[in-house]
Amino acid sequence: MEIKKILDGTTLTVQIIGRLDASNAQELTNELNASLDGVKDLIFDFANLKYIASAGLRSLLMAQKRMNKQGSMKLCHVDETVMEVLEMTGFADLMTIE
Amino acid sequence: MEKLTIEATVENLAEVTEYITSSLEEKDCSMKIIMQMELVIEEIFVNVASYAYRPYIGLVTVTKEFSDNPRAITISFIDSGIAYNPLAHEDPDTNAAIEDRDIGGLGIFLVKKNVNEISYERSNGQNILTMKKLF
Repeated sequence: MEIKKILDGTTLTVQIIGRLDASNAQELTNELNASLDGVKDLIFDFANLKYIASAGLRSLLMAQKRMNKQGSMKLCHVDETVMEVLEMTGFADLMTIE
Repeated sequence: MEKLTIEATVENLAEVTEYITSSLEEKDCSMKIIMQMELVIEEIFVNVASYAYRPYIGLVTVTKEFSDNPRAITISFIDSGIAYNPLAHEDPDTNAAIEDRDIGGLGIFLVKKNVNEISYERSNGQNILTMKKLF
């Protein structure tokens, strides 16, 4: 997995490239914890995310809970395989997906 | 039936996944099914690696067996760690509001959603979780 961050004013776009699984979900959480101060809009660009497991969902849930307090969060360019997991778990209803 | 016995550590996840998915690829299984099996293997294996022998490291045996008409793979995860039946968990409420969302149980829930049959057995001090997936 590779994480790319682009901060534009108070909008942070996070691209996740590869797989978000038990081996690297904590890395994403750490990365977000270090970057979200002052961010109002968090955008996850999942165009290149091919796989997500429950550990990755945990990271997304933590991010969503935090952004509910300080702004907004959305997921965009969600791949079909990842979308299925989000739908199965009800996450698709909890999160804004474009 | 073929089997692989390996230390239950998260670092070995890729090897266990490859052990199962390489066979599915040989059988021209669809990418969709392979991705679903990857998810199943990760959730189960990481669970065993994280909890079964904590704080020690133990072994897990993964078995695979194929059947025809209909085509299916049956895999089992066998460990000698603490007794743990993942199927005894209640399914998470997938309609709960975000504040009430608890991540616990989501992994096994995804497993159940992605296989056709699943069963747990505790026998001779071993946890045996068996899953069947049609493909």
